[in-house]
Amino acid sequence: MELVRSHILVCAGTGCSSSGSAKIIASLEDELRAVHLEKEVRVIKTGCFGLCALGPIVVVYPEGSFYSRVTPSDAEEIVREHILKGRVVRRLLYQETVQGNEIKSLNETGFYKKQLRIALRNCGVINPEVIDEYIAFDGYQALSHALTERTPAEIIETIKSSGLRGRGGGGFPTGLKWEFAFKQPPGQKYVCCNADEGDPGAFMDRSILEGDPHSVIEAMAVAGYCIGANQGYIYVRAEYPIAVERLKIAIAQAKEYGLLGENIFGSDFSFDLEIRLGAGAFVCGEETALMTSIEGHRGEPRPRPPFPAVKGLFGKPTILNNVETYANIPWILNNGAEAFRAIGTERSAGTKVFALGGKIVNTGLVEIPMGTTMREVVEEIGGGCPNGKAFKAAQTGGPSGGCIPASMIDTPIEYDTLTAIGSMMGSGGMIIMDEDNCMVDIAKYFLDFTVDESCGKCTPCRIGTKRLYQILDKITNGQGTMEDLDLLEELCYHIKGSSLCGLGQTAPNPVLSTLRHFRHEYEAHVRDRKCPAHVCKALMQYNILENCRGCTACARVCPVSAISGKVKEVHVIDQDKCIKCGACLEKCKFSAIVKE
Amino acid sequence: MPNTKTVVPFTGTAEQEQRLMDVIARHKGQSGATMPVLQEAQAIYGYLPEEVQIKVAEGLGISLSEVYGIASFYTQFSLNPKGQIEVNVCLGTACYVKGAGEILARIERKLGCKAGAVTPDGKFSVDATRCIGACGLAPVIVVDGDVYGRLVPDDVDAILDKYL
Repeated sequence: MELVRSHILVCAGTGCSSSGSAKIIASLEDELRAVHLEKEVRVIKTGCFGLCALGPIVVVYPEGSFYSRVTPSDAEEIVREHILKGRVVRRLLYQETVQGNEIKSLNETGFYKKQLRIALRNCGVINPEVIDEYIAFDGYQALSHALTERTPAEIIETIKSSGLRGRGGGGFPTGLKWEFAFKQPPGQKYVCCNADEGDPGAFMDRSILEGDPHSVIEAMAVAGYCIGANQGYIYVRAEYPIAVERLKIAIAQAKEYGLLGENIFGSDFSFDLEIRLGAGAFVCGEETALMTSIEGHRGEPRPRPPFPAVKGLFGKPTILNNVETYANIPWILNNGAEAFRAIGTERSAGTKVFALGGKIVNTGLVEIPMGTTMREVVEEIGGGCPNGKAFKAAQTGGPSGGCIPASMIDTPIEYDTLTAIGSMMGSGGMIIMDEDNCMVDIAKYFLDFTVDESCGKCTPCRIGTKRLYQILDKITNGQGTMEDLDLLEELCYHIKGSSLCGLGQTAPNPVLSTLRHFRHEYEAHVRDRKCPAHVCKALMQYNILENCRGCTACARVCPVSAISGKVKEVHVIDQDKCIKCGACLEKCKFSAIVKE
Repeated sequence: MPNTKTVVPFTGTAEQEQRLMDVIARHKGQSGATMPVLQEAQAIYGYLPEEVQIKVAEGLGISLSEVYGIASFYTQFSLNPKGQIEVNVCLGTACYVKGAGEILARIERKLGCKAGAVTPDGKFSVDATRCIGACGLAPVIVVDGDVYGRLVPDDVDAILDKYL
């Protein structure tokens, strides 16, 4: 066996890849060869570390030095200083890990301290393209134990008593879902995985597939054994090329090792997996629409019942779970239902992964025990809003969810508490907004999305969302009336009550929740014709103040020549010409231009 | 989004047609084959003109209306050719709250081309996409496969100038 003295882990998730981590890996390997250390030091590409805001991330073990915002040109210094001479490159270290002369462990930093990684346990730890690394971390142990020592009923009982609920947003008890399919008469059955992560601004499932694809494959095989299915489908977004590639590699390796295919572990259980690519339709995240899409049709939903557990894919009993749900299964089987139940709260066991984004310092992927408060996520893990701005609201559940206002920042994050305040757990998108975001504009943004994504099969959703959008557009253009607000609310309840599938039933949520928590902002748009956050263009204008030095920078950058004035004199904006692009405000060095 | 029949003449080659026929032969008879075939067809031609849809329908033995129904349903499928250089502006929520709308407006003005369309010379196409998954870099655009992040509207000119 080769003796490796150091490992250099480089994040190869989508976030870090987008900022050039592939080039960093190549540079590190070149540098290592140059100093003849390529046999002693290994460069490993891993899944997401979570702290995407600081990407690309490089971690050197055994020291555990956490380097952030690394560029390919830093590779030389890392190899020559750290690897060759044993001197940590301090200027690249994540500043939070540096305390005077000491370097703290990553687990003591604000971002990681309150996190608990179960679904993400292997992300940023192993190379997702090497099955042996997954196996070394107890991989496929749950499957082997299940196939050789336990009956399907016993496993389903374990999942049920673990309290695991669907992580795709619905929150349905996973064990119960499996039991329904298990109780169907034997015959052709299917296991499906929903990896069609549609919420714009959510990337939990993608990160799991990129960082730990085998955990999903293992869990699907266990599910197949439990319900008596020999075929599984993973429906994954075509927009996730890295995830698709790693899944393909993982499936091929699992087949090679006999962990997929005929007579797994010498049992009479056989299981095969196929990848189906989604093609960019949000509605396909809905279970019946997803199955219609796998069948090769337009991804339109159908009424339930019959539920998929009875009549699903190709008309056969089917279970469909989300990526994160599956990623929890091997951990539960290896550690027991009790251990899982001990984490989180009584009605929401375990952890939840969130994609933290928007106006927050530590953008990235976080996994927290259920019951953690919004305040802990925003202030401690997230590090607050950048530039000292005030936190205004967090939006969870994307286009199906709602917002949690600053006044409710101490709400614990659980399925039921979030639903009670008009938001939802959702699949894990969590967008932070500060004082500069307009809540009416955000509601309009989500409705624009659902209008676009409504499949058109049922009228309440197809026409209702369009009407909602039109009213919101009217309000943000300064033409709304107080009656419009009542109409909005009424329309929302009708759409919720009469739409065919989850898309339509939840599409009004962003409107309802902003109306509930930020009605004063809607009223300001209607009554005072003002957008308090200065976002809605029809309701705001740019003005030049008296402290203008007359440097002419604004006049030169204005794309429509709306700014006039002599050199060294106060300039003026012609409001009729101004298109409110904000280019002048960005250019002004004297803070002499304001939004009003 | 303008996803109607294109006015650009179809210029498929015999070699492309052969590859398409191979794809159809490989998937024929499989349950749920239409989508994978259309995905590979789009990879071959860059888009799905009527001529290609007809071949897929005939090849798989299904109606053209069914093929068109699928091709027009999913946003990944394009019935129009893209520009030589594709400009994708992420309008996912994380990018949107950090001002992606203004970035898109600046790109549209600069290229004289609205989202979903192609410049008259066929060089650039602009599309608004939903989350490319690099939320840590928000707001983000992708030009010809290169990712640019943490943008302010002022960065747009210099980036696009590189491709002009």
